[in-house]
Amino acid sequence: MTDASEIEAAVADAHRREWAAVLAATVRVTRDLDLAEECVQEAYAAALRRWPAAGLPDNPAAWLTTAARRRAIDAIRHDAALRARLPLLVVPEGDSAEPARGQRAADAEAASARLSEAVPDERLRLIFICCHPALAREAQLALTLRLVCGMGVPDIARAFLVSDPTMAARITRAKKKISVARIPYRIPRAAELGDRLGAVLAVVHLLFTAGHTAPSGPSLVRADLVEQAMHLARMLRELMPDSLDVRGLRALLLVTDARRATRTDADGRLLRLSEQDRSQWDSAALAEAHEEIVGCLRAGPPGRYVLQAAIAALYAQAPSYDQTDWAQIVELYDRLLAVWPSPVVALNRAVPLAMVDGPQTALAEVERLNADGRLSGYQYLHAIRADLLTRLGRAGEAVHAYRQALALTTNEPERAFLVAQIQDLLDPR
Amino acid sequence: MAQYAILIYAHDSAHAPDATSADLETCDDHSDELAASDSMLAAYALTPRDMATSVRADAITDGPFLDSKEVVAGFYVIEAPDLDAALAIARTNPVVRDGGGVEVRPVHSSYLKPTAS
Repeated sequence: MTDASEIEAAVADAHRREWAAVLAATVRVTRDLDLAEECVQEAYAAALRRWPAAGLPDNPAAWLTTAARRRAIDAIRHDAALRARLPLLVVPEGDSAEPARGQRAADAEAASARLSEAVPDERLRLIFICCHPALAREAQLALTLRLVCGMGVPDIARAFLVSDPTMAARITRAKKKISVARIPYRIPRAAELGDRLGAVLAVVHLLFTAGHTAPSGPSLVRADLVEQAMHLARMLRELMPDSLDVRGLRALLLVTDARRATRTDADGRLLRLSEQDRSQWDSAALAEAHEEIVGCLRAGPPGRYVLQAAIAALYAQAPSYDQTDWAQIVELYDRLLAVWPSPVVALNRAVPLAMVDGPQTALAEVERLNADGRLSGYQYLHAIRADLLTRLGRAGEAVHAYRQALALTTNEPERAFLVAQIQDLLDPR
Repeated sequence: MAQYAILIYAHDSAHAPDATSADLETCDDHSDELAASDSMLAAYALTPRDMATSVRADAITDGPFLDSKEVVAGFYVIEAPDLDAALAIARTNPVVRDGGGVEVRPVHSSYLKPTAS
């Protein structure tokens, strides 16, 4: 007998670590995402029931996979007639031919036996099908959280501030498109891998960003989303260790998240980078990111994520805000703009530029971006403009710019920060 | 294998009644390629937007149904093992490099009147 709380912790741990692998392996047997999900869920429930008496298995993932696949084979046998009418997932490799409908159960059994020895990681198929470009971005996010991270629908709904039925419908619709349009369950071929991996990384980055500064609501950070994004980045790093973009994204998330504890004070008030207590930053995460970035920069020409990580790391490495290497940060921004010409990048470049060439030069750059119009709805453009105007002593214009930022901001701590800036300008002490 | 319809969206159809073979060369080349690859089941080129007539419950009007920059210039039906394969074929359409685009839709069912032999 093992302690009940110990078993519960072990099951929760296996859920976090192994969900994707168990589900991916089960999908190969069921060729149906819903049935696979159901069987995996049941396998975890069975683990909670059986492990207390039987003790922890040596390999929980293998135990769970076997249990889930056995349920899948039973279900297929039981409902052969019903399933014969359902569109099945297209699994191009491995299965030489489409199985005859009548032989579904036997075929599933054979596939299950064959796959037990399979080497390539099935989780990648799952990740790539969830982030297929034929699915809308919000569906990609929801499917990835549900199928790859094993997050429950109510939790996903809460994270994106929609109702449970809305989120459930979004996920159902995406799954239906996968089966009806025959989005294949496979790892993209080399020729298309770049584009397809780009979509996967964008999903992970977006999840992180949505968690790092919650789009709205009372707290700055949504820890659940941040943790799922970190988990996905770690998984991808393990599955595709040769991709510089994957390593770059992982490093970027590590550096950015290392500052999480210091981004607000005890009352939840937003702190500027210059006000944050650097001794509280996660130095292990920063060291790991640093090693990854150096490795990437040595390995080849850096892409978007590696450069973003390098910039974030330079900010984090300075012993104090004033000792930041602003000139090198501007230089890295120039390289980033060359590989990723985004107006948001150009805007962020204005911040270190103000430290190197002065606020007047930086303001001219921000005004140019403002006139361009693409960022007019972006709150940070107005906040950065306001900050530069303040430094130039143009208080009236600064207040106006802060108000523009405020009108576009829905996150409570960010709103409070902007209100405080306006008050300081109107009523200087 | 599954069937997909590929709808071609362009500013207008190149297939005017008086189009010369030079006007249609790019389209024909693409069509020949697809036919040769064995994936094409059917292909239809439509006449330009000026020839279109739209019908609603209350009116018949001159022109395409939707008043937009692009119109459906034609469509074809292909057979492909999965969506990725269908998208790869769709992407080779010359309209994609010519300011337009294509829409890929899985076919549910179809009917063709058997031709008298």
